[in-house]
Amino acid sequence: MTDISLSRPAVADNSAPPAAARGARLPTQWLGVAPFFLFAILFLILPTAYLMVGAFQNAEGAFTLDNIAALAQPSIVAAYWISIKVSFASSILGALIGVAIAIAIVRGGLPSWIRSATLTFSGVASNFAGVPLAFAFLATLGRLGLVTVLLNVLFGFNIYSTGFNILSFWGLTLTYLYFQIPLMVVIIVPAIDGIKKEWGEAAATLGATGAQYWRMVVIPVLWPSFLGTVILLFANAFGAIATAYALTGSSLNIVPILLYAQIRGDVLHNANLGYAIAFGMIVITGLANVFYIWFRTRSERWLK
Amino acid sequence: MKSGRFWAWLTFGIGAAYFFIPLIATLEFSLRMRRGVYSLDAYQVVLGDVRFQESFGYSVLAAIFTIILGILLVVPAAYWIRLRLPHLRPIVEFITLLPLVIPAIVIVFGYIRMYGSNSPLPFLATAGGTNVLLVIGYATLALPYMYRAVDTGLSTINVRTLTEAAQILGAGWTTIITRVILPNVLIAVLSGAFLTFAIVIGEFTMASLLNRPAFGPYLQLMGANRAYEPAALAIIAFAITWGCMSLIQLLSRYAPKPASYSR
Repeated sequence: MTDISLSRPAVADNSAPPAAARGARLPTQWLGVAPFFLFAILFLILPTAYLMVGAFQNAEGAFTLDNIAALAQPSIVAAYWISIKVSFASSILGALIGVAIAIAIVRGGLPSWIRSATLTFSGVASNFAGVPLAFAFLATLGRLGLVTVLLNVLFGFNIYSTGFNILSFWGLTLTYLYFQIPLMVVIIVPAIDGIKKEWGEAAATLGATGAQYWRMVVIPVLWPSFLGTVILLFANAFGAIATAYALTGSSLNIVPILLYAQIRGDVLHNANLGYAIAFGMIVITGLANVFYIWFRTRSERWLK
Repeated sequence: MKSGRFWAWLTFGIGAAYFFIPLIATLEFSLRMRRGVYSLDAYQVVLGDVRFQESFGYSVLAAIFTIILGILLVVPAAYWIRLRLPHLRPIVEFITLLPLVIPAIVIVFGYIRMYGSNSPLPFLATAGGTNVLLVIGYATLALPYMYRAVDTGLSTINVRTLTEAAQILGAGWTTIITRVILPNVLIAVLSGAFLTFAIVIGEFTMASLLNRPAFGPYLQLMGANRAYEPAALAIIAFAITWGCMSLIQLLSRYAPKPASYSR
């Protein structure tokens, strides 16, 4: 494959090898990708750019930093903070539990059907989010949920008397784990498969103990994929709204719910402040993904 | 090694409990509508509800159009990039990752502000236009999954040889894509399609903010007003997701092995 510089058609024509001599009909080169790029620009990049520009404009369209500064008001800061806390807790816990389950099914000597069943189920559960997930957890841990009732009837233990509430930080985190853990399992199992048996044998030959093998071989190899996936899980939870909205209505003030209320009814009485909230969300998930891509490229070296 | 296996079973057991208890609880709750006995009343009420049938039908239709749009956008682009424009690959991959970076609520917020009735492209001026915009929004949500599925499919066939062979036999571009490339990556495309279906069918944010009578907003409405029906709906939604994933797994058995498989 030669690298034809398509940005300069004339050059491309001259240097085209026989196989690509159809360069005379150059527009066809672009015809296949043109709809894709047009779509991406119109429906992905421009709408986002519109909001990002709006975040720095006042109602008259002049440049201002007031909207960004207005994000500092307590109710908005609180919303960002609880969103970050829920996303952080559910991504860290989801990642740790996910890795534990992945190691158990790949390396734990369990029957092989357990591995395939777990992977299938993880594929399903990682996509079982949104409103139905909230219903499932209300039926489980809501005030009339099966687990709440059973604990009360069998052990006389009322979890709601301990201050637990499904409509709270921990309730939401516990619910988010239902799609976070399986997502971790799905992503990390290939990485664990990538740890070759020979490495363990080589380490043993060189006199390493089991603990040393884990500390000096397994964990350093898994570390970038692990960290990268944590960040992906974080962004995944941060942008999610349907589960939280169906679970808590608007009683738990997380950023996406605040933005939802703002879009519906301008509750902040400042359209451009809505743009600033959207801008803040993109900054946070964007930063997370920059780190994700960085860790991903580092981890891929080991998976080849 | 024995203790290792014990810990593995324990981890697996706790995990299985966490994942199965909510499903069992939801199932049990959905059967409790009639006092004192288990019954399928909640399911009967839900399935007999006209709004259920309408919103579900609407979402199925939206999902089908989303899949068609996704295929039309992604297959030619991924094919062309493999064949002729490999230097564009990083840009395209970056674009397909964007929907994971930009939350759906932000994307739809942008649409509402950009495509209102007074804009150059007034999608939101008519109900039909809003439906189109919803399908477009769904296609952006599905883009990362559709692109990855198709690109993986293309990596298992020799795109260049197939294209050249077809050209020697006198095929035009449309014929090559629809009759040579598409059948060869059909399984990958179908996997992407089922995943798209699973994502789109219960989607709430975009449908709700665009005021479309889709399944997601209906679910939310039921959750806010009813007791037993939401549990039945959750079981139905889980079954749909399960069905889509099973079909993907079933299809993957028929998928060709990568051409460059070296082990």
